[in-house]
Amino acid sequence: MTRPSLLATALLAAALASLVLAPLPALAQDSSTLRIGLADDPDLLDPTLGRSFVGRIVFAGLCDKLVDIDANLNIVPQLAASYAWTDSKTLVFKLRPGVKFHDGTDLDAAAVKFSMERHLTMPGSARRGEISTLDRVEVVDPLTVRMVLKTPTAPFLAALTDRAGMIISPKAAEAAGKDFPNKPVCAGPYKFVERVAQDHITLERFDGYWNAAAIKINRIIYRTVIDPSVRNANLQAGALDMAERIQPTDVDAIRKNAKLALAVYDGLGYQGITFNVGHGDRSKTPLGQSALVRQALDAAIDREALVQVVYAGMFTPSAQAIPSASPFYDPSTPAPKRDLARAKKLLAESGMKLPVTVELTVTNSADQVQTGEVIQSMASEAGFDVKVRAMEFAASLDADDRGDFAAHLIGWSGRADADGNLYNFLHTGTPLNVGRYSSKDVDGWLDEARAVTDVKSRQALYAKVAKAHIADVPLMYLYINKWITGMSTRVEGYIPVADGIIRPQGITLAK
Amino acid sequence: MRGHLGIRILQVVPTLLLVSIYVFCLQQLMPGDPALVLAGEERDPQVLAQIRAELWLDRPLVIQYFHWIGNVLTGDFGFSWRIRQPVAMLIGQKLPVTLQLGSMAFIIAISIGVPMGIISAVNKNGFLDYLANGIGLAGLSTPNFWLGIMLILLVSVQLGWLPPSGYVPLSEDWRQSLATTIMPAFVLGNAIAAVLMRHTRSAMLTALEQDYVRTARAKGLREWTVVIHHALRNALVPVVTLGALELGTLLSGAVLTEQVFSVPGFGKLIVDAVFNRDYPVVQGVVLVTATVYVSLNLIADVLYVLINPRLRGA
Repeated sequence: MTRPSLLATALLAAALASLVLAPLPALAQDSSTLRIGLADDPDLLDPTLGRSFVGRIVFAGLCDKLVDIDANLNIVPQLAASYAWTDSKTLVFKLRPGVKFHDGTDLDAAAVKFSMERHLTMPGSARRGEISTLDRVEVVDPLTVRMVLKTPTAPFLAALTDRAGMIISPKAAEAAGKDFPNKPVCAGPYKFVERVAQDHITLERFDGYWNAAAIKINRIIYRTVIDPSVRNANLQAGALDMAERIQPTDVDAIRKNAKLALAVYDGLGYQGITFNVGHGDRSKTPLGQSALVRQALDAAIDREALVQVVYAGMFTPSAQAIPSASPFYDPSTPAPKRDLARAKKLLAESGMKLPVTVELTVTNSADQVQTGEVIQSMASEAGFDVKVRAMEFAASLDADDRGDFAAHLIGWSGRADADGNLYNFLHTGTPLNVGRYSSKDVDGWLDEARAVTDVKSRQALYAKVAKAHIADVPLMYLYINKWITGMSTRVEGYIPVADGIIRPQGITLAK
Repeated sequence: MRGHLGIRILQVVPTLLLVSIYVFCLQQLMPGDPALVLAGEERDPQVLAQIRAELWLDRPLVIQYFHWIGNVLTGDFGFSWRIRQPVAMLIGQKLPVTLQLGSMAFIIAISIGVPMGIISAVNKNGFLDYLANGIGLAGLSTPNFWLGIMLILLVSVQLGWLPPSGYVPLSEDWRQSLATTIMPAFVLGNAIAAVLMRHTRSAMLTALEQDYVRTARAKGLREWTVVIHHALRNALVPVVTLGALELGTLLSGAVLTEQVFSVPGFGKLIVDAVFNRDYPVVQGVVLVTATVYVSLNLIADVLYVLINPRLRGA
């Protein structure tokens, strides 16, 4: 082939390609379909088995719950028309009349009993731990359910604002058996259409939805786009209408785009460093054995600067597990300012040889490694020698379980009730207390806060926990995450809730 | 020829068996307990025990292996632990995506690499040679993920010509399908084009110095007939070998490219499965990949014979 003919061929190919591609409606805009970008691929679409955060976002379209939380973290009725504690162990729900599942069957008290018992007894249920104090469910009449607890448990109701409160169709569950996660049938605003693993999940409006007036969009496509830059690019290009968990560093680009809007709001979770204070040999370090050393590390860290450097100042520095939006937040324990002199003094008091070596395990994602490095440099000024050990997430969980860590930078997605952010991490012998912290006082307060139902007395107990925490530092809270949801300006009526879940009720898409 | 092929095909069986043992063992070396990953944030000890029992994780490794391989031999690859869909179905769903991507990438690679190699060899040490070499070097040294993100930003975000990510099956809408795969295919083909270019160039240089080429020229044949019909045909043998090997590279390159472009293909399937410790998926995917790789090499063996008649006696 001579050069001119090669060139001609290339030109011809280019022309053909443009012919094929030019008339493409590459970025379809359709006001009846909402495309939501998820940061991960959801796992099992079964409220009893589902464990992933993104799964909860899909469930918001698929499955309604007995109760929900609103933008102010109040518990509000959803499938239940009302609820009441008749005593500290008995919770009675009045169900909405006329609610249908996607398969046309009625949602009644028997269905609620079926779902709750399934959560409690199904092998591998991820809900069992959340509602383990449930003793039995009684059908009072077709629209009244009574739940009786083994012990008074104030956080029980809050657990029902998530998957534990989702009711599935007993008929469909029995028919599908193990295949239920691939054809879920609930009573949410949208019914399941299809799922292509790692690509998308499509839901379609359910005409028989009890609150049909709140649903304006015919179809929702949840697309998995894991890479945050690519998720942002999809939003910028108009290939997504909404994208969850936009990176703080991409916020500027979105603000500059007139076609895009942002919702930025505090979440329920936190990021912190868990210290190994009593789990095997790895706890036998100055850091694990001396609260003074941990206090010194705490004093050496400038949370404000850390958040500024790593997250463009978007997250909220904090020294407690409970976000300020929660009624259980303790305003008398604010995030401490950096105090290098105090850090040095505490280290001297501890009598440890300097520099004090600390191995800090971090997940091998860019922001986590950077956080580790910022901590490393801040702590070195006080007399610490922080070694950052980057590990893949699953491997780090395994190391936690074996006690093979000294300090682990890890977060918690957060729960609506304060108990969900504290009990399993600080109470002796709980599964997430991987550092094996144990304090009789703290155990007592945490137990007591479960047993009383009024917010004021619980808040007082959690304030005590927060104070004890400042002294013992079994876990060093760094900041409260913010949810950053990017969306097209065509999206209207979206109400951000601190749990980060995108609820389709009220959302419209302008043409 | 037939005997040669027969032996090659027989070699495939132990190779794949070894691969299956290898993957199974490697996976066990991976830190991270699948049950812990599956149990989610709460990590309830009772749930952990239930998961281990359900997935046979509490049994000896040898039993686990034979249970799995026994099922595979009857065509049952098991279920994904994470999403409870059959592994065979997932593979059936993802493999065509990657094959489409890979074929497009390979066509792009050949149509850029081979002509550039020829031009380069014919113009040895000339301007076009340096230019082609420069382009080739740039192609080799550009990381896939970087090129991918740059293309997305330029073509999709700035110009709005192509969708930035995702995938539409060919059967559903072939134009959308091409639109979603052309960028990843270009990224994937780009590095291979560079390799093919360099090999075509050196093979052509050798071929162009051969006596038969001089003879062909002496016969008064037109230069492009000499280059294409005489030199290139001989130069192609090593290029085909390399091409077949590079097809394997395509599969591994797809891992990264599919992540960047969120293409739900084979590469993405395995990466996500590894991170989620979804062993049945990892095992199934690796076994199928090994089979594809081995088959491609077999095809390359057959192709040599077709291209080079001298090997037909062997």
